[in-house]
Amino acid sequence: MSRTLLTGNAAAAWGARLAAVDYVPAFPITPQTEIIETLAGWFENGGMRGRLVTLESEHSMITAAGSAAATGVRVFSATSSQGLLYGMEMLYTVSGWRAPFVLVNVSRGLASPITLESDHNDIMAARDCGFLQIHCATCQEVLDSTLMAYRLAEHSRVRLPVIVNLDGFYLSFTREPVEIPDAKTAGHFVGDFDPQNTRFRASTPESQAVAVLGGSPYSYFRYETHLAAMNALAVYGEVQDEFRESFGRDHPAVEAYRTGDAEYLFVMLGSFATKAREAVDRLRDAGWAIGLLRPRLLRPFPATALGELLAGRRAVAVIDQNLSMGMGGVLHGELLAALYGQPDAPPVVASFIGGLGGRDIGAEEFYEMAQTLRRAADEGRTPPPRLLYTKNEILEIKKFQAVAHVERNELKGSR
Amino acid sequence: MYRIRFHGRGGQGMKTASRILGSAFFAAGFEVQDAPRYGAERRGAPIFAYVRAARETINERGIIHRPDLVVVADDTLVPVPASGVLAGVGERSVLLINSAEDATTWQQRLNIHGPVVTLPASADVGDRADLPYIGAICAGAAARLVGVISRDDLGSAIRDELAPLGREVIERNLDNAFTAWDRMQAHAELVTEGGMTTATDFERPDWVDLPFEAARISSPTVYAAANSVEVHTGLWRTLRPVIDPQRCNRCWWVCSTFCPDGAINVGEDGTPEIDYEHCKGCMICVAQCPPHAIGAVPEQQARQADGTGESA
Repeated sequence: MSRTLLTGNAAAAWGARLAAVDYVPAFPITPQTEIIETLAGWFENGGMRGRLVTLESEHSMITAAGSAAATGVRVFSATSSQGLLYGMEMLYTVSGWRAPFVLVNVSRGLASPITLESDHNDIMAARDCGFLQIHCATCQEVLDSTLMAYRLAEHSRVRLPVIVNLDGFYLSFTREPVEIPDAKTAGHFVGDFDPQNTRFRASTPESQAVAVLGGSPYSYFRYETHLAAMNALAVYGEVQDEFRESFGRDHPAVEAYRTGDAEYLFVMLGSFATKAREAVDRLRDAGWAIGLLRPRLLRPFPATALGELLAGRRAVAVIDQNLSMGMGGVLHGELLAALYGQPDAPPVVASFIGGLGGRDIGAEEFYEMAQTLRRAADEGRTPPPRLLYTKNEILEIKKFQAVAHVERNELKGSR
Repeated sequence: MYRIRFHGRGGQGMKTASRILGSAFFAAGFEVQDAPRYGAERRGAPIFAYVRAARETINERGIIHRPDLVVVADDTLVPVPASGVLAGVGERSVLLINSAEDATTWQQRLNIHGPVVTLPASADVGDRADLPYIGAICAGAAARLVGVISRDDLGSAIRDELAPLGREVIERNLDNAFTAWDRMQAHAELVTEGGMTTATDFERPDWVDLPFEAARISSPTVYAAANSVEVHTGLWRTLRPVIDPQRCNRCWWVCSTFCPDGAINVGEDGTPEIDYEHCKGCMICVAQCPPHAIGAVPEQQARQADGTGESA
């Protein structure tokens, strides 16, 4: 197997191609559009067999994806940001149908103000909808995770749709060396979609969109979906092992980088975690006992694995590339929930918010976060949440505000 | 690690240049990361693309802050602040400019002390958004400047990246890229790999606590009307429409009505005037004018003629 340079978007398209998907409902949105363009090209030139249909919105697109999956065909789709939110109603609905398919989300910050660049508030908004979530840090992972996602989604103990998440620009438009598995090995790994008896067939009408009155049946169906999602933890382990055997690459639910003897840890999701990896190497050069934890699975949340990996550390920095207004970083909150009451939990779990709307996180900021952790551990006190934002950045904002102020006064004068 | 930025205008093939260089590095056995950064996503608007290449896995991501080589495909971009051509250029950064002017002139004009190399690839080109083959030329020159890429690897990268364009286009790009490669012979290996930061000696980020500010200040609302007049989109222009008053028949409406940017104003007597601060140079007025009274002049020539060419 040879390596080739691929963007994250092309890697996602290759994942769909190697999974031999039958149906792709599509709607364009930056920075995702290249994925469906690539697939459309392959359907056109015979590289793929199946059908790509453009829908009139993401709401319809996700409805079509869920409906098609419910008939027993293999479905792929992709979206981003505002599009994911536009389809939000149907994300909840189709996961309740237990219709397994793979949706790639190319992360992009949400309006307002509107942006094209990456952060995780879009994917975090889909946290509770019943889709499982795999977060990628490299283009290779995008391809591999798409293949793994079909195994996870279609497994009889799971039967739920999966979102594979990659960061806009930092992965979507960035080429990196990627090993494209040969079609035969990939086909053997993914296998055929066997919907067993849970599928629609021609001339045998059924209904999956049941209405229930009274909370009891409702609770039953909702909790069954939760149990299926929780089952995905163990199933993921099986899929991971099989993937490693087939392709020689290991993609654990939580990446643990140089954590063995680490007193301090960074915890973060997505492609910016490779920046943290680099910072860990440089800090190790300078004598620090520090490492990185990167959850790839966010739903189901690998709480036990994270609890074990975090036990006994001096201090932890959770870097959230998202912001829950009135609460803070989502991953920070989830990690604390997983750690509460654990006897060996780290005494300091500090929250940092960074990389919103694609704002870079500099190497020196990782070093400074490490320093912050050491001071906090020495003092035995967790620092307040910190937005990664420098004096220069606020001066830049002040400049804009000064212009706005003058304009507003001029406006007042003219009325 | 090599960190290289390509600056150009939408349409000049900077993404292609970064891909050719990226693929050439990859063929030479390097780990590679290449990416374009789109701004306004419009022909003529400033864009850049970057390439990282290293012997080991690349963990860095995003915009290159300390470039080892900056390639400028279009020297009219240098004075455009939004293009960020000189961002992070230090003493050891090499600047390769496609320009008819010489390196010393650029060094003095920009007041920089690092090495400057010029590539006079396109002195006679009219529409600069159309600079032919400039992507491959820039990639070819850059490949020679780093000195670790063989001519064969450059050639195979061009063949791979331009494969869908057909043999003729590929051959011409190969010729041009190899000419640029040969021209850079005296400067081979001028570009050296930049180091990594260290966690012992670094500039501490001066983080600040954001103060609360009332919604009247802190909401992303535009209160002033017509403030887009402050954005000088005329900087995107590579061709300038020029009205010949002798030929203009004072019809008072055709050019101004078709102008998609409302950049042509017609006076009381029917004389049209083009607002060059905002005309993006789409040339629709040139195509529409019934008496053919509007001509297209390469922006660079027009600037030299009206004395604004030395704005850098």
